[in-house]
Amino acid sequence: MNVIEKILAAHSTETVVRPGQIIDVKPDYVMANDATACLAIDVFAGRLNAETVFDPESVILVMDHYTPSSSVNAADTHNKMRAFARKQGLKNVYDGMGICHQLMIEYHVEPGQLIVGADSHTCSYGALGALATGMGSTDVAVAWKEGKIWIKVPEAIRIDVMGAWPAGVCAKDLILKIIGDLTAQGATYKALCFGGAAIGALPVSERITLCNMVIEAGAKFGYIAPDEKTDIHLKAAGRTSYASFTDDSDAVYEQVLTYDVSRLAPQIAFPHSVDNVYEIERFEGMAIDECFLGACTNGRYEDLAIAASILNGRKIADTLRFLVTPASRDIYLRAAQSGIIATLVESGAMVNAPGCSACFGGTGGILGRNEKLLSTANRNFRGRVGSPDSEIYLASPAVVAASALNGTITDPRRISR
Amino acid sequence: MIQGKAIKFGRNVDTDQIIGAHHLSRPSIRDMAPFTFENTPRFVEHFAEGDIIVAEDNFGCGSSREQAPAVLKLRGIGAIVARSFARIFFRNAINLGIPLIECPEADKIDHLEMLEIDDDRIRCLKTGKGYDIIPLPLFIRSILVDGGIIAHLQRKETDTQRDVNLSRR
Ligand code: SF4
Repeated sequence: MNVIEKILAAHSTETVVRPGQIIDVKPDYVMANDATACLAIDVFAGRLNAETVFDPESVILVMDHYTPSSSVNAADTHNKMRAFARKQGLKNVYDGMGICHQLMIEYHVEPGQLIVGADSHTCSYGALGALATGMGSTDVAVAWKEGKIWIKVPEAIRIDVMGAWPAGVCAKDLILKIIGDLTAQGATYKALCFGGAAIGALPVSERITLCNMVIEAGAKFGYIAPDEKTDIHLKAAGRTSYASFTDDSDAVYEQVLTYDVSRLAPQIAFPHSVDNVYEIERFEGMAIDECFLGACTNGRYEDLAIAASILNGRKIADTLRFLVTPASRDIYLRAAQSGIIATLVESGAMVNAPGCSACFGGTGGILGRNEKLLSTANRNFRGRVGSPDSEIYLASPAVVAASALNGTITDPRRISR
Repeated sequence: MIQGKAIKFGRNVDTDQIIGAHHLSRPSIRDMAPFTFENTPRFVEHFAEGDIIVAEDNFGCGSSREQAPAVLKLRGIGAIVARSFARIFFRNAINLGIPLIECPEADKIDHLEMLEIDDDRIRCLKTGKGYDIIPLPLFIRSILVDGGIIAHLQRKETDTQRDVNLSRR
């Protein structure tokens, strides 16, 4: 079996599983956030007629999409979640502490775990060697009640990445390039397993960016085998031992793709589809109205640090707004203590409370008609952040910071630091 | 047999289009349903209960929001025909008991055409043209036949209970 099949088998009653097989698995955690939890609570108490969750320790609730509450409906949603958490005796409830996926990675995820979440970017946790995937609210309600859920064993695609990372180019550029090549449905129902020297060279924060976006090619899981960097990350978070899984000698991958990053240029996803990807050159100089640095894709300390290194001592263009939203409270605090937040604020950024922010259009940063947003988030669907007549462009933190400086789409390799 | 007129879409229809982010905090699906495909005039102007969405590849991609298939169900969607479906949407729609039909030639069907769908074929009533459909896996079909995942689980529970009772006799 390959590593994906082995982790799935370990969470089921089967000893051997094969792609295409449908199995019942017991997830280690079942997460829901304020965009999906209320529907799950309704299904749980309503159609499922359930009283208590199977295992309160495994249920995680996060308020992040509409936080701080942006409307009366949002506030009512949050109160419904709080009441459910109290009734069920849930301990893992995060209220205004940041984006669900970032918090899962900071506080819970370990290699070899199986996690389901009522959010499509749950696949991010593969960056630490866990199998994690998004499901809907009914599936999550079923998992809360039964402690198990059915899953189809996916085929796996291996992506071997070689070469040295050029300055100004990062994991975001690679994953945009891969999605452009695979298309928005090229990996539907599959696991994408990243390996090779260039992946080993990536910090954990960028590995998360890679796995975060596999869903944009339709994939069910992203996966990166844990290594010393994973161990350092886990140790810092107080997690030291975990079950380790590796490919058997007869492991099968449906396809093996190879990428060389040494000649990779910064990439941009053009509206309104994430697979509409081009090299930055084509759009350099295009004026934008808003820049957003944040989201579960690129709202980590390292992302803020890159932006600060570009903006240090300079002012952003006065033709645009620049929103910065740390992905979690811990990131916010560290960036405040190290002076990164001060650098960004001095350059003209608006810094927001941790959460989904302008990725989702649930709180601030909403776009008006015909406005253009350049964002470090993961989706550029029509109208996702406001007016259906607005446009969203996706790029790396370096591209967003360089562009904020000039007011137009700018190749970060052209900015002296 | 399912009958209805086609409301035609292209590829990569995402769940943000079906129901926008700012509607998800409304208290119930009933409150969200009026905003289904609110920025898609061909849906807003032409959709009537029982109609069939016909799309190309990757229908329902993006966000895992189950509110997307749920508002379609509440609006009385007859079926969704597509060349292919995104994974999470597929699961959510089946869980809610919405008939999903994979048809490699879905792109050939025209907007507003009257369709008739049986177990293995889609027929256009006006032109008489027929298109093959790819049957759903048995396990998925059993969920759909029961009317969704919850009814399916309840039936399985009753079946087990009945088996236990029988073995006790
Ligand atoms: S930051 Fe964006 S992509 Fe990530 S969970 Fe929030 S809304 Fe979803």
